[in-house]
Amino acid sequence: MGYSKPIAPSLRDLWHVIAASQEVPMGGKRVTTLFDTALTVSRNERLRVARNDDGSLLPVIERYGCIWTSFGSPSADLFPIIEYGESDRRNIIAGSIGVNVSAPRAIENFLDMGHFPYVHTDILGAEPHTEVKEYDVEISFERDEILATRCRFFQPRAALTATEGQEVDYIYRVPHPYCSVLYKSCPADESRLDVIAIFCQPMTEETIRAHLMLSMIDADNTDAGIRRFQQTIFGQDRPILENQYPKRLPLDPRAETPIRADKSAIAYRRWLSQKGVNYGVIPQQLS
Amino acid sequence: MGLGVAELRQAAWYPVASSDDLPFRHVYHGQLLGQELAIWRADDGYVNVWENRCLHRGVRLSIGINDGAELRCQYHGWRYANRTAGCTYIPAHPADAPARRITNRTYPVKERFGLVWAALVADAPEVEGIGEAGFALRAMPVNALPEMVLAGLMQRRVAGGAVEALPPLGAALVLEGTPGRATYFVQPVDSARAVIRGVVEAEPDIEALMAFNAVLTRLRDELEAEARQVEAPEPIVPRYEPVSVELATMPDLVIGRQATVRVRVARRWQAALDVIGLELAPLSGQLPTFQPGAHIDLHLPNGLVRQYSITNGPGELLSYSIAVKREADSRGGSAAIADALREGDVLAISEPRNNFPLRRDAVRTTFIAGGIGLTPLLSMARALKRSGLAFDFHAFARSDGHLPLGPELAALGEGVMRHLALGPSETAQEIRRVLGPYSFARHVYICGPGPMLELARGLATALGWPDEAVHYEYFKNAHEIDKSTSFAVDLARSALSLRVPAGKSILEVMRENGIDAPSSCEQGACGTCLTRVLEGEIDHQDVYLNATEKAADNVMMTCVSRAKSGRLVLDI
Repeated sequence: MGYSKPIAPSLRDLWHVIAASQEVPMGGKRVTTLFDTALTVSRNERLRVARNDDGSLLPVIERYGCIWTSFGSPSADLFPIIEYGESDRRNIIAGSIGVNVSAPRAIENFLDMGHFPYVHTDILGAEPHTEVKEYDVEISFERDEILATRCRFFQPRAALTATEGQEVDYIYRVPHPYCSVLYKSCPADESRLDVIAIFCQPMTEETIRAHLMLSMIDADNTDAGIRRFQQTIFGQDRPILENQYPKRLPLDPRAETPIRADKSAIAYRRWLSQKGVNYGVIPQQLS
Repeated sequence: MGLGVAELRQAAWYPVASSDDLPFRHVYHGQLLGQELAIWRADDGYVNVWENRCLHRGVRLSIGINDGAELRCQYHGWRYANRTAGCTYIPAHPADAPARRITNRTYPVKERFGLVWAALVADAPEVEGIGEAGFALRAMPVNALPEMVLAGLMQRRVAGGAVEALPPLGAALVLEGTPGRATYFVQPVDSARAVIRGVVEAEPDIEALMAFNAVLTRLRDELEAEARQVEAPEPIVPRYEPVSVELATMPDLVIGRQATVRVRVARRWQAALDVIGLELAPLSGQLPTFQPGAHIDLHLPNGLVRQYSITNGPGELLSYSIAVKREADSRGGSAAIADALREGDVLAISEPRNNFPLRRDAVRTTFIAGGIGLTPLLSMARALKRSGLAFDFHAFARSDGHLPLGPELAALGEGVMRHLALGPSETAQEIRRVLGPYSFARHVYICGPGPMLELARGLATALGWPDEAVHYEYFKNAHEIDKSTSFAVDLARSALSLRVPAGKSILEVMRENGIDAPSSCEQGACGTCLTRVLEGEIDHQDVYLNATEKAADNVMMTCVSRAKSGRLVLDI
């Protein structure tokens, strides 16, 4: 199988998601693709990931309801999501969904609030409340991740019990070039945050599987109800993502027109450039 | 054969759609030489052919919404104007006018013989060969090389039939089995995809149409079979031009008080008892994009410069309509217009500037207009009406005859209320009533004579309206400007220290030292010279900033405001 140029070392040595754990039950086997390379994941006495071309085995870990592998020498563990381990949380994989877009485009959409009233009308936002207020973004060198804080957006009905709109607070993390974690005010417990994460599996430069992970404090809704809600949201994003051109994310600042609301996307593109990420992006031409 | 992609790109006009592909409020997805196109007709009949990509995040505009005057992107609701493709509104920042000139890529367009034509270059030669009138046959897409399609058409003409070649990819001939001569244009969609667009002189009967269709369908099947025998070339890689450096990295380019646009007075009419309406048309082409609330500087024959609000609705760029009141105490501006300007006169104007932006994130917008002050508000209300957003419009005037632009106002519909011949206390009572107590996400826009504006602002504050929900524009600054102080100004980015003496403004001193700062009214009313202040205490003398903004002490109007401290540091 052929991706013609070698992937950057910063990608090769990372863990990448290849399946949700629930897709490979005991005794099961699944063929999938990562960086244009066909892999087989199988679970018998132990979990194994093998390349289809030469049969060689790859490292494997299971974290956050998903199976992860690497083509290089990965660190011992994946980025932390400490909430996942809290005993009273419900951890759910809400779906593994194929999308004809690059992984960075999907991440950028996940970080974006401005589209809520237009794409997630009457759920995450509603006209005329379209303003994206100032928020803070930092690239943490120590943790090697992007952090956007003080994000607020007006939602018409933030919870089923709410009768009028209110501002909802968000925190976004990008701890991996193809993964993002969102923390959102929790309707059931004001002191805690619900966690929603997107793990993108770059099958090719322009096709992904997006694995959606939720870690919620929610005693009322069924798993099926929570899955249906997340899939509705993602189903609204998908036709937008599949109509974005070019499909790979352009890293040249002159390729598209950013505004203040895109601060986190600007930081993300710069971070990808600095890391030398070369898959799913159009690198900046050096002139 | 043998025309390469580069030659085809340069060559000429190509048909990209049938006129019938553009029904009311539709956006048609077309393609020419690998380049995707969003093609849409505005309610004024103009056909727009744009690059099929929103400049913000690359989403196809062919999935956008055509509201008849503007095209709205589905992703973030950015609005682009009919004709110019200039961005008029960015919903994520409702309080700001799109400060930088964000304009989508447009292609030259013509509509002839029932077809829409576009060219990828600006100066393509005219389409020759057939008359203006024509009837377009059903379009026939063919998955084959465009040159192969043209050759196939030529080969299948009646024996010995004449061919009139219409380069680069057209021919007039009689196809075997068809009822008569037709002109066939091949649209090169991509390197191995084409559309045959036939044109006949007049609409044929149904039998003739079916005969044309049967022959072209057979031709398609044969050509596609032929094309499968050869290796298809790679699709053409579309070109995405980079946005300008200025847009990607820099704040606004500095624009001084320049008159870069030439217009002709296309129409002059009596818009009220003491108001002249003027319709200003470009000498050629179309006018720059404006946003509701924007004004232009009019450079008058007597050397004076005056500001007038554009009253147009969205997407109307064939002319700007303004209204000019003849002031009793005219300093020469309004008198020069009222007495001297005639239809056909040529004037110099500035590009539109918007210092009075309209938010569109209000649950209800209230407009309070006094007399001629309704001009910017009219443009705003037209934009809201087009988008189906709720508003009420209160026009105050001495009498019906004094109310300018009555018919235009009436066209706004039931949201309009006229308040005529009211005394000061009745006016206050009415304004108090229409404002009502403040509630979340309401906004009010006020424009009118100074005293009325002061009154309305005071009432709004008393009714609990926060400063950020009360928007206003003064015609002029009636306050006496105190120019008696003298102080130092440091320009941080220009690394320049200047001394402002008594009797001169900061703006004037900067100009004398070669700093080209933008300005318009130069009396502290319009907001064009707004400048960030990094250090120092400001002596605000303008009527543009509200109390909260003045208290924050971090921006100023350099045309009238001065220093309270001995020194100011400006972000210039």
